Amino acid sequence: MLPFVDWVNAAIKFLRKYEFFGAFTFRDITRAISSGIQAPLDFTENLFHKGFDDFAGLGVDIAPVPWLLFVGLAAIYGWRLKGWRLALLGGGCFFYLALFSKRGIWELSMQTLAAISVSAPLAGLIGISFGVWAAKSRAVERIVWPLLNVLQSLPHFSYLILVAIFFGVGSKAGVIATVIFAFPPMTRLTLIGLRGISKEIIEAGIMAGCTKWQMLFKVEIPAARPQLMLGVNQIIMQCLAMVVIASFIGQAGLGHDLLTRLQRLAIGQAFEVGVAVVFIAIALDRFSQAIATREPHHISGRALWARHPGLCAAAALLAATVVLSFITPHALTFPQALTISTSNFWDAIVDYITLHFYAPLGIFRDGFLVYVLIPVRTAITSIPWVAIIALVACIGWRLGGWRLALTVAAFVFFIAASGYWVRAMITLYMVVASMTVCALIGIPLGIWASKRDSTTRWVQNLCDTMQTFPSFIYLLPVVMLFQIGDVSAIFAIIIYAAIPITRYTIFGLRNVPQHIIEAAVTSGCTPRQILWKVRMPLAFPEILLGLNQTLMFALFMVMIAGFIGTVDLSQEIFRALTFNDGGKGLVIGLCVAFIGLTADRLLVAWAERRRAALSREE
Amino acid sequence: MTTPAKIQCRNIWKLYGKKPREFFDSHRGAPDDAALQSHNYIPAVRDATFDVFEGEILVVMGLSGSGKSTLVRCLSRLIEPTHGEVLFDGADLLQATPKQMIDIRRHKMGMVFQHFALLPHRTVIDNIAFPLEVQGVDRDARESKAREIIEVVGLTGREGYYPGELSGGQQQRVGLARSLCIDPEVWFLDEPFSALDPLIRKELQDEFLRLQSLLKRRTIVFITHDFDEAIKLADRIAIMYEGLVVQIGSAEELIMQPATDYVAEFTRDVPRAKLLHVRSIMDAPDPAVSDAVTVSADARVSDVAAQVLTRNQTARVVDAGNQVVGALPPSKLLEVLFA
Repeated sequence: MLPFVDWVNAAIKFLRKYEFFGAFTFRDITRAISSGIQAPLDFTENLFHKGFDDFAGLGVDIAPVPWLLFVGLAAIYGWRLKGWRLALLGGGCFFYLALFSKRGIWELSMQTLAAISVSAPLAGLIGISFGVWAAKSRAVERIVWPLLNVLQSLPHFSYLILVAIFFGVGSKAGVIATVIFAFPPMTRLTLIGLRGISKEIIEAGIMAGCTKWQMLFKVEIPAARPQLMLGVNQIIMQCLAMVVIASFIGQAGLGHDLLTRLQRLAIGQAFEVGVAVVFIAIALDRFSQAIATREPHHISGRALWARHPGLCAAAALLAATVVLSFITPHALTFPQALTISTSNFWDAIVDYITLHFYAPLGIFRDGFLVYVLIPVRTAITSIPWVAIIALVACIGWRLGGWRLALTVAAFVFFIAASGYWVRAMITLYMVVASMTVCALIGIPLGIWASKRDSTTRWVQNLCDTMQTFPSFIYLLPVVMLFQIGDVSAIFAIIIYAAIPITRYTIFGLRNVPQHIIEAAVTSGCTPRQILWKVRMPLAFPEILLGLNQTLMFALFMVMIAGFIGTVDLSQEIFRALTFNDGGKGLVIGLCVAFIGLTADRLLVAWAERRRAALSREE
Repeated sequence: MTTPAKIQCRNIWKLYGKKPREFFDSHRGAPDDAALQSHNYIPAVRDATFDVFEGEILVVMGLSGSGKSTLVRCLSRLIEPTHGEVLFDGADLLQATPKQMIDIRRHKMGMVFQHFALLPHRTVIDNIAFPLEVQGVDRDARESKAREIIEVVGLTGREGYYPGELSGGQQQRVGLARSLCIDPEVWFLDEPFSALDPLIRKELQDEFLRLQSLLKRRTIVFITHDFDEAIKLADRIAIMYEGLVVQIGSAEELIMQPATDYVAEFTRDVPRAKLLHVRSIMDAPDPAVSDAVTVSADARVSDVAAQVLTRNQTARVVDAGNQVVGALPPSKLLEVLFA
């Protein structure tokens, strides 16, 4: 065993204590960064839910954004982006927050939005900068790309500890943790976007006589806009996924509320907050997608109203709100008497389930545990580590040669040497068990859904919506049904991780070229033969990639599920979090990341081999 | 030609491979097929030497993979040649600093692309004014210049549209306008009409000729894989094959004296009568020929065919000074018409 944990802790201690140039420590720098975030955070918090006292020294107090204005602006923007449907969805989601705010959901939501509106732009800026830098230099790309891989497969909790050590706790630290977590997809998409610009457009820029900076800002970044906007969408979704997790280091808002209620097992109240998070997520997702897919359109007409209807409507709304606020205070804050709470309703459901289904659910849970989970667990944990390294290396060599074999063997060796082998194997068992169930659900569902356009669209929409839910939300219903424990955790993982395999199966099957299917039909294939002899083999690489995604999702969820009581690596991470043990947190985090990366490398290599074989045959 | 050369290409080579420069030098500047193949180098352009004269339309013609797009990119230095010189107004372009290149491109070169290469987030007018914008010309000046060009290419009323809202033909009009808005001395067109439908293609070919006659005469390098297009537009045609410029000359020269079988193959199906002049098919003067039928040596064959064939007797050919320079028997005419 190698003392990785001690090494990391020594490094952390060095960074905390060593004074560069005898003047400042690394921690001084990080603390300076976090205090730099204070100013914008203060501004958005005042804007959204505190209000400005003595605004800009003018002696005027300004109220926080009134609910009426907020809901109205969401509706107007939705209407301008994509018509009345999105207006209804946007306005409706935020109206829900105001209406169901008996327990202060509106204020909490505004707190959360205040934090997101600092962390999302910051993550975007950092993400784009790294992406541009990597796109301009192959050397940087070679360093950045694997780092992104590790960063994205590292469980959140393992760097929460490091953030707490170097940036402290509270909303500032929450913002920083969110930024670190949210920027990698943006970097990836920036790189892909910039690399994907057609060569002719770049040449047109050169021939126009662009300088390096003109090229970047006037040609490349605008031309990569669709990918960049997709990155913005990703950032927003990642920020929302962090809402609950960042509250572990003191981020205020909906996440913190949900966490404390869940810890007190106040399921109903937690559920109510969870629904609010989901509504915000859906609204922000749809808006950012609408922005990303919007095609520029020429403006006709000369009148101000005709040219900028959205701006005019917003100005009118602002004026109306100001006037109304002199007439009634309810224009600023939603009348408390009209607010509703749904927590009693959810509690009633939980009570009903416990009362009537306790015995059957208990039998199912215990049976699943005894006859499925425990045997799998015993089998996996009984394999010696040398055997697993040998096996993984062997598969790696078969799929991608000695380089891949060495990489994955090194990953597994790290886990074995770190001293968390048994826990890692328990994590692996949970992931493998849930992945198997996911494949058994997701692939048939995908096959069924891809048969008809209507079902395809329907299932795809369902997957899209479910994927916008922050991962923590999935714990709520399973805890309602199965209390806490392994079975709950596995069910949460299954629901969450079945989404990608379903999506990829549909995608793979639907993307089989039409002419190949026509050839099969004219050869006299039955629908069953077309499925199994033509479409499935051609979709196989996609399905493998879906399986890979499912594995990543499962690994992700396993870590979060540690919160509701499992005995794998995630529990150790929570322990490290409690004791502020940065080294342990990071090493366990790397163990998890390496489990993920090992599987990822092998599955992607397999998928690519299959794909290459298919394109050779064509 | 009497006009001076605007661009002079001297021994341009472009090799693709691991270390093309070292490889090229180690073969004393003339690697042969066997050496190229055994070291895995792909020769996109091989030893191209030719001039483009001021005000002429030089069409570079070749099938895909023949190196014509690479060649035009070597001239505009979008691609760095492995070896050679590109003299632009007598100065070697390949020695210019990046700053000088930016300056040359901003003021002297325009280029049109096969897939239009418009910036999707800019309106028609902003796309056209883009080269002026990057020069730092202020908004009013560049927009008024762009509006002028918009009128010339017939896009009035579409100024505020985005490329995604235009048809392919309209998009390429924007591409032409963008490349012209700086009044370039040299105009590069890389298969500008290949991505368009045949009818629209013809329309834009005419538009192109109109633009060239309307505005001051530019030096043009036009790339195409379509021989009919080349004949229609070219003053001279350069034919490329596997990286080599196999022949340069007027359409007539290519047809009458093809340098290789490859060129002959290309020119076989061309409607010769519309292209050839009497001068290039006539026989030597024959005193026995009467002056009953007289045709000009500089007339097109198709224009004199009816006149000669209805009389069915050998025509006398005279030049501009009314001197007899040759004889044109009907048999010769029939040969050209029905070959």
